[in-house]
Amino acid sequence: MHKYANPARFGALADRILPWARWVMILALIPGLWLALVASPPDYQQGESVRIMYLHVPAAWMSMFTYMVMAGAAFTALVWRHPLAQLAGRAAAPIGATFTALALVTGSLWGKPMWGTFWVWDGRLTSVLVLFFLYLGYMALDRAIEDEEKAGRAASILALVGVVNIPIIKFSVDWWNTLHQPASVMRMGGSTIDGSMLTPLFIMALAFQAYFVWIFLIRMKLEIDRRKAAVMRQSLRGI
Amino acid sequence: MADFLDMGGYAVFVWASYAIVALALVGLWLRTRGAARQAAADVVRLRERIMAEGEGN
Amino acid sequence: MAKGLTTRKSQRLVVLTAGLVTLGLATGLVLYALGSDSLSLFVQPSDIAEHDVKPGDRLKLGGLVATGSFHRGDDGVTNIFTVTDCVADVKVSFRGILPDLFREGQGVVTEGTFDTAGLFVADTVLAKHDENYAPPGTMPKNAAACTHPEGVATAAEMAGR
Repeated sequence: MHKYANPARFGALADRILPWARWVMILALIPGLWLALVASPPDYQQGESVRIMYLHVPAAWMSMFTYMVMAGAAFTALVWRHPLAQLAGRAAAPIGATFTALALVTGSLWGKPMWGTFWVWDGRLTSVLVLFFLYLGYMALDRAIEDEEKAGRAASILALVGVVNIPIIKFSVDWWNTLHQPASVMRMGGSTIDGSMLTPLFIMALAFQAYFVWIFLIRMKLEIDRRKAAVMRQSLRGI
Repeated sequence: MADFLDMGGYAVFVWASYAIVALALVGLWLRTRGAARQAAADVVRLRERIMAEGEGN
Repeated sequence: MAKGLTTRKSQRLVVLTAGLVTLGLATGLVLYALGSDSLSLFVQPSDIAEHDVKPGDRLKLGGLVATGSFHRGDDGVTNIFTVTDCVADVKVSFRGILPDLFREGQGVVTEGTFDTAGLFVADTVLAKHDENYAPPGTMPKNAAACTHPEGVATAAEMAGR
């Protein structure tokens, strides 16, 4: 039973946090969507199309945040072989892939009317596409190898190698000239987004963050149960 | 209201973005919940089988 | 036993950290060696001389649409404007539909070739947004002189010229 001690305690903790995450998400979404769609002003250049920003930017932030969670889990799993770490990476990957896909799709739907194109191979767009493939590669490796421990290790190494892409995404717009605009919020000298637009942006970002915590904890419990079931199946086979 | 739905002529792009994000995030939640319920049920079922075999011995 | 485990763990920690640092340095060096020219999407007007561009060479040219430079050609259809990086200017002609965000004082990325007279004939014009977001009627927070000349003309105003 010692083997389950940690996961069981984690499960109890997750059950206590889960309802909070869900409520934070709901309570942020109500004013967030109201401000994003109705109460915030149109942009002086982009008009009403700026409302796509309130989805695009949180999705893009979360795509990188989730990757760092996954890479942190991968590092812990490789060095300390903590039983929960591998499960954390596995739980985070599909959420991160979803956020990245949403950042790409909403960006495309924003780029068409503003820039005049759905896609361009500039530094920012290309490095985010690479991020999406890193998530897909992680999930594929994790599933492709029969031995679960080996699979986890291979996937973790890929996740760590992919970390170099994160600063490339962040600084691509500064190092190289791109069609994508430079940073507006996390930049030297303060945000260049008007306060009336920054408030809905942060509230939507909070909703996305709470959504991540909520889904991530459910997926952690799911992965713990899967592992438990696998162990029990083995014992039933008499191994 | 019509103005709101029109989104200054960008209705297609704005509403498509919100719809796709909503569908993807709700979809991920439903799939996660379904898989979590399945896994929890598996654990209960297997535990019962192990108990039953233990009694049988 | 316990000591053996700890050394194995710290060994893994050292190896993994060293591997990651090496990978980071290698990536940094590769990106540095490739240089910003090869990884950038477009060249700017002041880069043109360095690049030894011949008429007919296809390239992407980016910069700001110079204020007051936009007008229609003699045929009434061709869009003519100057792309500037505040150092050098290039005159661009483009027949086609301009993106909604095309404004004087805002960025563009055009793709095409130079003709023999030094006019850049573009077949694609993409608008480049800057980092400013603000309600209508207000000026953005970091409005620099070159990037944001007073009174940015709208597409409708430019169409009247």
